[in-house]
Amino acid sequence: MGKEQDRSPRIATAFEQPASESHMKALVWHSPKDVRCDEVPDPTIEDPRDAIIKVTSCAICGSDLHLYDGYMPGMMNGDVLGHECMGEVVEVGAGARGSLKVGDRVVVPFTIICGECEQCRRGNFSVCERTNRNKSMADKVFGHTTAGLFGYTHLTGGYAGGQAEYIRVPFADKTHIKVPKSLPDEQLLFLSDILPTGWQAAVQCDIQPTDTVAIWGCGPVGQMAIRSAILLGAKEVIAIDCIPERLSMARAGGATIINFEEESTVERLNEITHGKGPEKCIDAVGLEAHATATLDSMYDKAKQSVMLETDRPHVLREMMYVCRPAGVLSVAGVYGGLLDKIPFGAYMNKGLTMRTGQTHVNRWTDDLLRRIEEGQIDPSFVITHKIGLEDGPEMYKTFRDKEDGCVKVFISPGRSNGKANGNGAARGAMV
Amino acid sequence: MNAIAMDHKTTRMVAQGLGWFSLGLGITEVFAPRAVSRWLGMRDGEQLVQSYGLREMAAGIGLLTSQNPRPWMIARTGGDAIDIATLAATFRRDNPKNVNVGIALAAVLGVTAVDAVCTERLCREKVHAVERRRRAVHDYSSRSGFRKPPHEMRGAARDFEVPRDFRIPEPLRPWGT
Repeated sequence: MGKEQDRSPRIATAFEQPASESHMKALVWHSPKDVRCDEVPDPTIEDPRDAIIKVTSCAICGSDLHLYDGYMPGMMNGDVLGHECMGEVVEVGAGARGSLKVGDRVVVPFTIICGECEQCRRGNFSVCERTNRNKSMADKVFGHTTAGLFGYTHLTGGYAGGQAEYIRVPFADKTHIKVPKSLPDEQLLFLSDILPTGWQAAVQCDIQPTDTVAIWGCGPVGQMAIRSAILLGAKEVIAIDCIPERLSMARAGGATIINFEEESTVERLNEITHGKGPEKCIDAVGLEAHATATLDSMYDKAKQSVMLETDRPHVLREMMYVCRPAGVLSVAGVYGGLLDKIPFGAYMNKGLTMRTGQTHVNRWTDDLLRRIEEGQIDPSFVITHKIGLEDGPEMYKTFRDKEDGCVKVFISPGRSNGKANGNGAARGAMV
Repeated sequence: MNAIAMDHKTTRMVAQGLGWFSLGLGITEVFAPRAVSRWLGMRDGEQLVQSYGLREMAAGIGLLTSQNPRPWMIARTGGDAIDIATLAATFRRDNPKNVNVGIALAAVLGVTAVDAVCTERLCREKVHAVERRRRAVHDYSSRSGFRKPPHEMRGAARDFEVPRDFRIPEPLRPWGT
């Protein structure tokens, strides 16, 4: 396909038309549970503030699974997935030249930011007022728009994502994180989402040295939240999940673990905290809680199956119930729509505070990059599978079903199909 | 491998078929309760038949729309037991429709057998999946992400100043902080 020839470094002019008809590989959403590695047209500069990035690595995020499973409204056949990626700048629009140049190495934050609106000026980047090109749709659904997101629903702009060989980055003069060439992609990629998301989840708790922090979900965001809470000095961090591999990774990070399939989360949390409950609770699960054998989760499943409820908020209910009075709930897990049977009485009477939101990525990344460079944290610990783009569709299933010890999938678009530990399926290379 | 995959697929197809059966029976019971109760010789049984119909419809919708048919199959099997008990109670000497009750009872027993096998297979799949997860533990015990043991890293980022808008409200802070 002559990709390198097509993408030789150059400065693009505003609204330049495609120079070639070349195509690239990308992971494309067709319908729920139908993701394919397709050939799609190369992205081009569409606005002076755009840049084109050659993706050197990307990842599958837990919130991609909400799209995969069809729980997030506003997806369309042909959407390119992925909101965690990094790479090298290969084209720069005229309006972004002051901030970026061809050859720069950048991580792409999943939130697209203008850097100029009132929210961006206050550091609330994930609710940027100008980057969602489907603002009217978001206004109707959410009341007011939030920022544009890569590779996500059309409610957040429907921008093509980064599980591809190239990505167009709108508002590129602001929507980037420059990173040094001295560190490998594995250590830097997660600045795009899961590291700042876990960090913000912990920061939202305003952790005190006397605090016990309970974290529901030991997926990638949960793992980052555990490390963040430890670094921020929590007295004790308790991690809740049912997948042994994830619990073992949580324990490695310094957490006390609760396997909710083997013991009652509420009873155990109360036992650990001498009957008082944790001061700070973090939801790193979101709308697809898989709690087993609880009445409320069966109720949610039933309502969700007849489209009377969009989300399964078991974790939210449990946090409201078990959190210590005057405590803080921090919600990093993604929710999409309407939730039922929320114990708001407990929430109100106990005087709880809840902090939520998509991550204001760029607000935290300078500080986090410094901590990575100083060796305080190495986010690559979370990578369990390395694959090429062709293995992406199969790996979506593996990740969704939490099989093969899968916690985080690292994709190198330049890498060819790498079936390494052949259990009959394309597993990629376990690391 | 193939046999297991086939078994899994067949079980799900059977569950799907039972979903349609449940929905059809439920609609009949909800919208024609008088005809059903008369056919069975049940006196004043219309409301009961309707309530059973609603239960069948819920199970049917659940089986047809849910990713995980197991809880719905468990519910169906429980419902079968209620149906059998109800039909057995209807089988009285003074019931002129005892032949119909016998036919219904035989049909329910047959469907119950299919329900029980399907439920058992789904439960076994779940147990196997849990077992597989338990057994196939990859060792992540060295993946701390820290350069030192976690207890030595505790508080390493205390130099971080929580932004004002991220601090918990002053009135909710512990005394003295």
